[in-house]
Amino acid sequence: MKILVPVKRAIDYNVKVKVKADESNVDLANVKMSINPFCEIAVEEAIRLKESGIASEIVVVSIGTLACVEQIRTALALGADRGIHIQTDADLDSLQIAKLLQTVVVKESPDLVILGKQAIDSDNNQTGQMLAALTNMGQGTFASKVAVADGQVAVTREIDGGLQTVSLTLPAIVTTDLRLNEPRYASLPNIMKAKRKPVETIDAESLGVNLTSNVKLLKVSAPAQRSGGVKVADVAELVAKLKTEAKVIS
Amino acid sequence: MSILIYAEHDNTELKAETAKLIHAASQIGGDIDVLVAGHDCAAVAQAAASISGVTRVLVADSSCYEYQLAENISALVVEIADGYSHILAAATTTGKNFMPRVAALKDVAQISDIIAIESADTFVRPIYAGNAIATVQSSDTVKVMTVRASAFDAASLGSAAPIETLTQLHDAGLSSFVNAELTVSERPELTAASVIISGGRGMQNGENFALLNGIADKLGAAIGASRAAVDAGFVPNDMQVGQTGKIVAPQLYIAVGISGAIQHLAGMKDSKVIVAINKDEEAPIFQIADYGLVGDLFDILPELEAAL
Repeated sequence: MKILVPVKRAIDYNVKVKVKADESNVDLANVKMSINPFCEIAVEEAIRLKESGIASEIVVVSIGTLACVEQIRTALALGADRGIHIQTDADLDSLQIAKLLQTVVVKESPDLVILGKQAIDSDNNQTGQMLAALTNMGQGTFASKVAVADGQVAVTREIDGGLQTVSLTLPAIVTTDLRLNEPRYASLPNIMKAKRKPVETIDAESLGVNLTSNVKLLKVSAPAQRSGGVKVADVAELVAKLKTEAKVIS
Repeated sequence: MSILIYAEHDNTELKAETAKLIHAASQIGGDIDVLVAGHDCAAVAQAAASISGVTRVLVADSSCYEYQLAENISALVVEIADGYSHILAAATTTGKNFMPRVAALKDVAQISDIIAIESADTFVRPIYAGNAIATVQSSDTVKVMTVRASAFDAASLGSAAPIETLTQLHDAGLSSFVNAELTVSERPELTAASVIISGGRGMQNGENFALLNGIADKLGAAIGASRAAVDAGFVPNDMQVGQTGKIVAPQLYIAVGISGAIQHLAGMKDSKVIVAINKDEEAPIFQIADYGLVGDLFDILPELEAAL
């Protein structure tokens, strides 16, 4: 079984993002970039499926500038077999990303595509579902458990009221939630070995996908800051304030 | 303009998100149709029809919609989408699941998790876990959007709108429901509660969360938790409030033994009044709390319960 894992280069989750003074966007100059955490969970899940003998090949794909190759190499060091870099300097929305990924799905015919449920920069939570629609595949989003057997994948999903398990006919799309697994760290020998694994570069313009988005970013501003209030001395004062000052309890 | 709203429900009850979406849609203007897709969901349709501002309620009642599988729901929505300028669903795990499929099938972008409407084509949404706020403008012919319901007030009740039955059946055959493990609780749901009391790592273990029960009972509150408490295995993930859990904005939020990690604050900082109870007076939660009480929660919680 072949697994395709799209990964996104995104701001490192430990970095506190700052908005540019002219409010045109956030300031990403000289900021540490990493594999988006949810994508890292997707890579880990694919590797576990390979280690358990279910998957035979893991192909990792990333879309963006030349710098994305760094994240592909990271995934290769973790255990993916080969990489595809779709190169573009354009700022793409989820729909364009999904269309580019669709071309990779058509070419590679994976049995399973595992993606992060969302990127921690744009927070869109769209790409996996859009790719599923474009390729007419079933989807198991926000997965906390993935079990492959007999041409089906059972996906346990984290939903608002608890957990829901759905069964999908392969090929299918899975998007990962935080609790699916805990990603491993790459060992130094594996980082060295990853440098020799193949990475194919494809020009995004060559794939016949319209890369223009109809959504324009007008402004990015800092969120309104909430200022701290007062410290109260004891429970009696707290209850009194909530009743008479804040008037949120009676 | 004409707006289609996907009703949030569990086949028996219309969820509070829907009235908030109707209020949000009224800021765009135009007719507002509400789609109820489910099975044996007539009561939900009645409830949706009674909300002020609704033009029509469309009901698709079939076993193929019972579990609101994304593949089937998106096909239904796409089939009836013609003529609508906007399609809205709540940014719940249901809406987030099927709406991007609708957008892709309509070949338009989706605008996720909007928190304000500036005009019919311009919307405001948080990015970077709420550390930045983006204003975006869409020139797509139909705007497909998920809405953070907690950012909008609810529409009030009005006179009954007409209910129309849809007969379109879509069973894509790509997925099937296996089972669900839903948390059964007498308490209000986190996203609908007007009061929430949440515990963090300071609760020390799952049993101690029982200390929150009495207070929650007296206040009619939902009980939440921080990611630290969930990751430590104290309570299940569906109780998690935060960027990676539920985003809430109740009238009163009481954070107990929660230090105030950014990811937790992203989920509750829009609450009207925030109370923090923590033994560490340097905890970041106090920087955003309206009322802070420094002390041992094991002393304070019983005292608070008695005082209410």
